[in-house]
Amino acid sequence: MITTFLDITVTGLIMGGIYALIAVGLNLQYGVSRVLNLAHGEFIMLGAMAAYFFYTLFGISPLISLIICAPLVFLIAIGVYKILFERIRKSSKSMVAFEGSSLLAAFGLSFVLQNAAALAFGSNTKAYSYLIQSVTFAGATFAVNRLVALFFAVVFCLAVYFFLRLTRMGKAIRAITQSLDTAQLMGVKVYRELGISFGLGAVLAGLAGVLLSPFSQISPFMGLQYIIIALIVVVLGGLGNILGSLAAGFILGFVGSIVMFIQPGFTLAAYYLVFLIILLVKPTGIFAR
Amino acid sequence: MNSIKAISGRYLLPLLLLLILALLATMPEYVPPYIVILFISIFMYVILSVSWAAFCGPTNYTSLATAALFGTGVYTSSLLQALPLPSVIVIGGLLSLLLGLLIGLIALRLRGMYFIIFTFGLSELLRNTMIWYEINITGTAGRWLTILDTEAAYYYMLGIAFVTLLVTYLLGRSKFGLAMRSIGEDEDASAHTGVNVNAVKIITFAITAFFMGAAGAVMAPRWSYIDPRLAFNPFLSFYPVVMALFGGVGQFYGPILGAVIITVLSDMVLARFPLYNILLLGLIFIVVILFLPNGLVGLVRRERTGSCGKGFDVIRKRLGIKS
Repeated sequence: MITTFLDITVTGLIMGGIYALIAVGLNLQYGVSRVLNLAHGEFIMLGAMAAYFFYTLFGISPLISLIICAPLVFLIAIGVYKILFERIRKSSKSMVAFEGSSLLAAFGLSFVLQNAAALAFGSNTKAYSYLIQSVTFAGATFAVNRLVALFFAVVFCLAVYFFLRLTRMGKAIRAITQSLDTAQLMGVKVYRELGISFGLGAVLAGLAGVLLSPFSQISPFMGLQYIIIALIVVVLGGLGNILGSLAAGFILGFVGSIVMFIQPGFTLAAYYLVFLIILLVKPTGIFAR
Repeated sequence: MNSIKAISGRYLLPLLLLLILALLATMPEYVPPYIVILFISIFMYVILSVSWAAFCGPTNYTSLATAALFGTGVYTSSLLQALPLPSVIVIGGLLSLLLGLLIGLIALRLRGMYFIIFTFGLSELLRNTMIWYEINITGTAGRWLTILDTEAAYYYMLGIAFVTLLVTYLLGRSKFGLAMRSIGEDEDASAHTGVNVNAVKIITFAITAFFMGAAGAVMAPRWSYIDPRLAFNPFLSFYPVVMALFGGVGQFYGPILGAVIITVLSDMVLARFPLYNILLLGLIFIVVILFLPNGLVGLVRRERTGSCGKGFDVIRKRLGIKS
């Protein structure tokens, strides 16, 4: 009994931690820069690919890859934002028009990144083993690499939380999610924050990619499954509600681990069910007032 | 002289269209099979992008459910191989229409971003459900179909494309089309002026879904091998949007133009550099969004608004007003 409970709880935490990390990144981008980045999964893929190649080619541990990947992904994402989304923003007539075209542009970008990665790294599925030993605790067995992933996912989630809550820039970003114009009037350098938020969101995706790389199938097309989950979590927690995504990630993780315990084949179906119910009953998310 | 001009102006377009139709109908007789095969894909994408644009263009909703609707047709066709193809096309179309109705009913209350996410998620749900179904229930990864003869496929697709164009054109010109455009302008205002916005949205979405499903039903035996990853490929949701926006949804011929140009272009690229095909399409799309917000049609339209001034000059001259 205690074993089962522990099994479900820790699996839920591990999945939830990764989901929260990915979803917070996506929602940071949408909530602030208003880009619903359907290429978010591709940034996860880039992180995982980088970790794979750093490990297999140079023997660099994924934990060190975390440090290397963060600035790398940040620069790529800022570049993408400046070249693509900032231009679309300037040429769009209204915010609604911008959201629509930026979503489609991101969709296009996801295909570009997928196929560029397939050309560069080959389209076959890759995997590597790192920290595959397992620990047994009260009868339940867990792989060390998953626990490490959980630990860092929680650390990064907390870091984002405290960044948004305590720092000046975090306050500015939260102000923008409430009202861009008012934030600008209060002296927030809005355009700089928009780019930074987009970059930070992508960094979270890249870090998640590195974290889940030791126990995942790494391929150029792996992003799709994660973007779907990220979208579900974001809708669950409320579009634009960044801290909502943090909680919703763990909620979905627990839903996943409970369903996985009962019938492993239905995890994804359960997620969609949650998604459909939320969209129909409360599209603004469970934390909306 | 002027009356001849007016008459020729009025009849020129229908005559031209008839001529094109006659050319297309007789084409397999005198062109190499390669061109016939290319035209099958062109028809397929014309059907998809025109159907997409018929709903999404005027109403300003963005649907990413094309893969789901098209895939329904594909799968119907692969499950009902024993039946004659024309009835399969109708059944595939009808099932797709039912799915369209369902999406319409569920997505009634969703607008903007939520509608896009919902349709995208739904296509993925269908794809994953079918993968799960094939692996766990039928125990097969995919299905083999008896391949459909090129010429037959050509005529089926031509027929469906013709009906699609006719119906969407008439739909766009009707009161219904006007109602859709008013929804696109301002849904609340439209509802207040007495438009039954929900009925208009659901019915149009379902009708356009029919054509997507019908096209899928013909394409299944063309591909000869079907699995959920092919039938519900998210790329099928993306393609029609790229084509319609590239051509421009402001005019009826925009999506047709976009579908023809991109299909031919991607066929040329695909033949030489298979791996770069999707990469190139993604890039084209990004460029379109950045630099051609109204599509190719937008370029023509801009010229037209420019010449509008000239039109006034002509009238002024006729009336003897000096400007």
